[in-house]
Amino acid sequence: MAVITGVTCPVCGTFCDDIELIIENNVIVEARNACAMGAAKFLNYSAHRTKKPLIRKNGELVEVSMDEAVEKAAKILVDANYPLMYGWSNTSCEAIRTGLELGEEVGAVMDNTSTVCHGPSILSVQDVGIPSATLGQLRHRADLIIYWASNPWSAHPRHAERYTMFSDGRFEGSTWKSYLSRLRGVMSRKKIQRASNLVLKQDFCFTPQVEEGLPSSVHQKRRRTIVIDVRKTRTADAADCFFQVEPGTDYELLQALRVLVNDGELDVDEVAGIPIETLEQLADLLVNCKLGIIFFGLGLTMSKGKHRNIDAAINLTRDLNKRTKFLIMPMRGHYNVTGVNIVFTWQTGYPFAVDLSNGYPRYNPGETSAVDILSRDEADATMVIASDPVAHFPRAASKNIAKHPLIAIDPEVTPTTMLADVIIPPAFVGIEAEGTAYRMDHVPLPLKKVVEPPETCLSDQEILQRILQKVRELRRDMN
Amino acid sequence: MPKLDVLVLTGRTIEQGKGKEMGKLSKVYLDDVVQCNIDPQDMKTLKLKQNTNVKVTTNFGSVVLKAVKSPRAPHPKMIFISYGPWASMISDPRTNGTGMPSLKGIPAEIEPAPNERVLSLQELVNQLKMEA
Repeated sequence: MAVITGVTCPVCGTFCDDIELIIENNVIVEARNACAMGAAKFLNYSAHRTKKPLIRKNGELVEVSMDEAVEKAAKILVDANYPLMYGWSNTSCEAIRTGLELGEEVGAVMDNTSTVCHGPSILSVQDVGIPSATLGQLRHRADLIIYWASNPWSAHPRHAERYTMFSDGRFEGSTWKSYLSRLRGVMSRKKIQRASNLVLKQDFCFTPQVEEGLPSSVHQKRRRTIVIDVRKTRTADAADCFFQVEPGTDYELLQALRVLVNDGELDVDEVAGIPIETLEQLADLLVNCKLGIIFFGLGLTMSKGKHRNIDAAINLTRDLNKRTKFLIMPMRGHYNVTGVNIVFTWQTGYPFAVDLSNGYPRYNPGETSAVDILSRDEADATMVIASDPVAHFPRAASKNIAKHPLIAIDPEVTPTTMLADVIIPPAFVGIEAEGTAYRMDHVPLPLKKVVEPPETCLSDQEILQRILQKVRELRRDMN
Repeated sequence: MPKLDVLVLTGRTIEQGKGKEMGKLSKVYLDDVVQCNIDPQDMKTLKLKQNTNVKVTTNFGSVVLKAVKSPRAPHPKMIFISYGPWASMISDPRTNGTGMPSLKGIPAEIEPAPNERVLSLQELVNQLKMEA
């Protein structure tokens, strides 16, 4: 039995680096410190995997050698006029770098999953900049946490524990005790309600005391958490204060707060379903904190307004910095989606949606982005690596992936691999292969190799290197 | 059959997150991504019972899902579906020049579908192949 400490978790953008794995006979038998998603990956990653390369022949997927699969993949890419190479966020920076070399060689459109996650945030950052920090700084210093249209309880389960409301920083403490006492109160009320129902044999409605405006807890001298969302998520349950906004009205709310923070007046009764008096109190709270942080999620990028919502959020942060210290950070989803933006930018100058078909990089989201290219049926071949677009792209885009040759470099069985013509299963990066990835706050951390992969599985980088070599050979033969 | 105009919200749940790491063929994943979380009052309006089938139709397609009472209510006239192949069948591909499709706040119509069944993952993939 071996205990490996300091393992990074290859799941979400929080990219926890304190995982301890217990290994027995090349199998992970226990994952300590991991959240539900992390443990699910470490303990089950191999349950539905493909171990040998497959090629579709006469409609059926058949096992082939690695050389044959690599040759077939290379031929598809060489024969294509406008191939799309998509995914990248669940692999290492080293593999992404090799992938970009391959994309340049075949004149592909290179896009990554930020196109359907924080792509609009990147557009905004390019427009108006971003005042941000590392998560360590926020853990120690932030006294006002705002999760806006973000639900870390489900998407980044250890974010609150490691960096915000439940973490003990040097200058700001954890608020788990106040959360527990609130939870006890809720449970007691439920018990009373159940007992009353039994005794009185009728529905007894316990009327909680309704506070006007913000709850008193947000004025205490300690770290406070506010959640702003269209639904009362589990993160909202744990927060000091929750604002339920009407769907599609975040932009109005952000701009209204900007007016109030700048000492303006609003001649309306409510904005986004929130009374103006409450918003004035919220603006006071923002201005009077020592260091505030807005963590925003896909509720802003995927809904009406898209990058304009982020413009407004960053501008609110900028306005707040005239009065106090305030920062803002996108809650990145995949563990290396930040890294893919960084490597793309190093190599091409642009973070996503990069068209290399002209022999030089061109960037025009809306035109050169994966969903648009696929919806217009422009790509005549697709290579997907470390992603599952068929499960997550709108139907209009997915059906056109199915229409043309599809290469999938993915160890798992997914809707994308179910449609693929060539499947090359790699080793799992961060478990069976090492590399580098970037946490959501742009801190690079190493991915460890903790178990040996099956003999038939190479790393993503090695597979891409082999395809690149074969592409060069094929092109040389053609010339 | 009663019908209701709603907004569709897609998103992450911890079960979906766990399930995708266990594998897209795992029961945890498949059970979660076919659920349509509906406000209890809307369930009453539509005369729906827990785990009965509903059809959700947008301008971009329709899909049959399993109706469940939302644990995160109230959110009247707003349904929640976890990210996954079923939600993608009805999502809006228009990106408004940003590259990002509209995956939250899609106008839709919801109705009980007691005589229709929820497609399996293989059937859904086959449907995409047929449409290609």
